[in-house]
Amino acid sequence: MEHSGHAEQSAIMLLYMILLLTGWVLYVTGVFISNKKRRAWPWHRTALWSMGILCMAFALTSPLAIQSHSNFVAHMVAHLLLGMLAPLLMVLSAPMTLLLRTLNVASARNLTRLLKSRFFLFLSHPVTAVILNIGGLYLLYTTNLYQAMHDSQLVGVIIHAHLFLAGYLFTAAIIYIDPVPHRFSPLYRAILLTLALAGHGILSKYIYAHPPAGVPRQEAEAGGMLMYYGGDAVDLMLIVILCHQWYKASRPRLAEECGNQVN
Amino acid sequence: MAITNGNSIDHTTAKNRVVYSSFNLWSGILFGIGFAAFIDEAVFHQILHWHHFYDKSTTDIGLVSDGIFHAFSWFATVGSLFMYANLRRRKGLWPKRWIGGAFLGAGAFQLYDGLIQHKLMKLHQIRYGVDIFMYDLVWNIIALVFMAIGIYLLMKTRKTSNKIKTER
Repeated sequence: MEHSGHAEQSAIMLLYMILLLTGWVLYVTGVFISNKKRRAWPWHRTALWSMGILCMAFALTSPLAIQSHSNFVAHMVAHLLLGMLAPLLMVLSAPMTLLLRTLNVASARNLTRLLKSRFFLFLSHPVTAVILNIGGLYLLYTTNLYQAMHDSQLVGVIIHAHLFLAGYLFTAAIIYIDPVPHRFSPLYRAILLTLALAGHGILSKYIYAHPPAGVPRQEAEAGGMLMYYGGDAVDLMLIVILCHQWYKASRPRLAEECGNQVN
Repeated sequence: MAITNGNSIDHTTAKNRVVYSSFNLWSGILFGIGFAAFIDEAVFHQILHWHHFYDKSTTDIGLVSDGIFHAFSWFATVGSLFMYANLRRRKGLWPKRWIGGAFLGAGAFQLYDGLIQHKLMKLHQIRYGVDIFMYDLVWNIIALVFMAIGIYLLMKTRKTSNKIKTER
């Protein structure tokens, strides 16, 4: 029993590795194709995508991933990498822009049509993204889902996928790097980011006080604090980027606005 | 490069200050809130270890209030600094009014933290294992003093602003 669980785990890690490697190769291929047709793709975006893939690899396929099955603090490090830092790095690498540049006009049009579809608009709405992201975390840590994640490999895979995808969706809904079909005002996004950050902080302290089933108190306390401050650190980057975009968008456009003849 | 104006710059600045008067006030208030929260976290939680991350008597509403204020102050710190940059960019920065706002914001946050969060919601106490009364007293008096300084500066700048408005 113990042995087959181990083999299963290795198989899943191999699957993760193949997926991540494919993701990296696809992006780099895209960069090569795009560079042939248009001006050079900024190298820092490729670096950001690579770092994002590395974060995911660290969370899913390293010794940390094995530890995270038995240690809540390791689990929380993986959670922060997979659900927050990797999505931020990857959103900043503008994969959709790269994809649109790489495709021919007809396919690019089809893709934008898909992105403008009602379903996608609903999915990428900031409120949906916050609920999927923070709501998912509440389900994971306040029900017996956390236990189930370690009992069943399949549940584990689904939760990892949700954590990353919801994190990506949320980040992309808050800071606009790729083209966005329906834009929301910076204030609207600022309020939702604050609410999400609050929800994350409240859950962290809740975990500190009420350890999920099967987690020793000490690990829950350390993990809760790590979630609280780690979340703050990544969210600080989101806040700075959002404010900077806001600052740039609200620059004075007319000479009068520059302070000469305001009345 | 900033666009320069040939004639009296002081007059322009004075006018801009009036135009961006409430923007100065809010940027200052938000910075004050953020700064007070930052000091609370850095000094009392991390350096002195007086405040506790969680206290067994913490009420649920205390947890929610802490989460919202923590997130809000984190955003306010960054946002207010970008607002400050915006004021400078638009040549509308009014330091006295901005600082007045900052004192008011910091004092108000400290008072909320000291009375509502520490006492009513029992989030955590200022310090453990000591007679807490003096700590609470000093904490809240400092908050009131900050608020008084802020209100004084804001009233002074408001007077100036009214004077400039009537001159025009």
